[in-house]
Amino acid sequence: MFEAIAFYLFAFLTITMFVITVTTSQALYALSALAAGMIFISAFFFILGADFLGVVQIIVYTGAVMALYAFGMMFFDTTREVKEKQGNKFIITGLSALAAVLVVVIVAAPMFADNIRALYPVIEGAGNTQTIGMVLFTKYLVPFELAAVMLLVAMVAGIVLAGKKMDLSLTLMSATEIDEMNQNMNKKVL
Amino acid sequence: MEIGLNHYLVLSTILFAIGLVGVMRRKNLLLLFFATEILLNAVNIAFAAISHYYGDLTGQMFAFFIIAIAASEVAVGLGLLIVWYKRYGSIDLDQISTMKG
Repeated sequence: MFEAIAFYLFAFLTITMFVITVTTSQALYALSALAAGMIFISAFFFILGADFLGVVQIIVYTGAVMALYAFGMMFFDTTREVKEKQGNKFIITGLSALAAVLVVVIVAAPMFADNIRALYPVIEGAGNTQTIGMVLFTKYLVPFELAAVMLLVAMVAGIVLAGKKMDLSLTLMSATEIDEMNQNMNKKVL
Repeated sequence: MEIGLNHYLVLSTILFAIGLVGVMRRKNLLLLFFATEILLNAVNIAFAAISHYYGDLTGQMFAFFIIAIAASEVAVGLGLLIVWYKRYGSIDLDQISTMKG
């Protein structure tokens, strides 16, 4: 009973937040609605007994990804209204619904064919975090390490791409220095 | 009133459709990234639900790797966006059609 109430409440909240994200014309509203939707999604993970996944969802998405987006938005002109593509709305909505149904069919097809088996069943008497640790560091050790290397590569790429000219501080330079810097920047192709 | 696997799959479908609508009608690249996050999260819900109802941990593992991929995608994508914005002063999709494909 409580599970049903929680499910419908959070489903409603999540769908509302994500609809706001994709329809609003203010980038800041979109950002905050997306952050709220991420937290509501972690509620589903808690309902499903995937506690560790829920905590990771909150930490990584609302802690790291949203902070990164908020930081990135400081570079862009976000006070302006966002322009939208004026396409045929029925075609867009129809194609989206079709693609979404296809994805779910692809995920759910083995279950209807009844040939799905639990490869790594939940271990009795161990909590969710413990079980995940056991599976992650035995069966999925190589993908785990590859993901770590991928995150390192992404971090280096982010620093290299965004960190150009960050050693200069516009507030500590005099006006003539800033003018010189701007002229030098115009000569070079970034 | 029992919540089954189908409820979660339907919810995942709805969220995925919302994300796809966002991807198709947004012009601003930053908001396009937001829509991509919605897509990834919709699939994560489906994986966690299947993992729970079949007593198998593989779904949760895949959800973890999807979260890791999303984090690195954001880092690299935002870096590229910042470089593009410094160079052209706008992140509209229509102005990036320089190849005229």
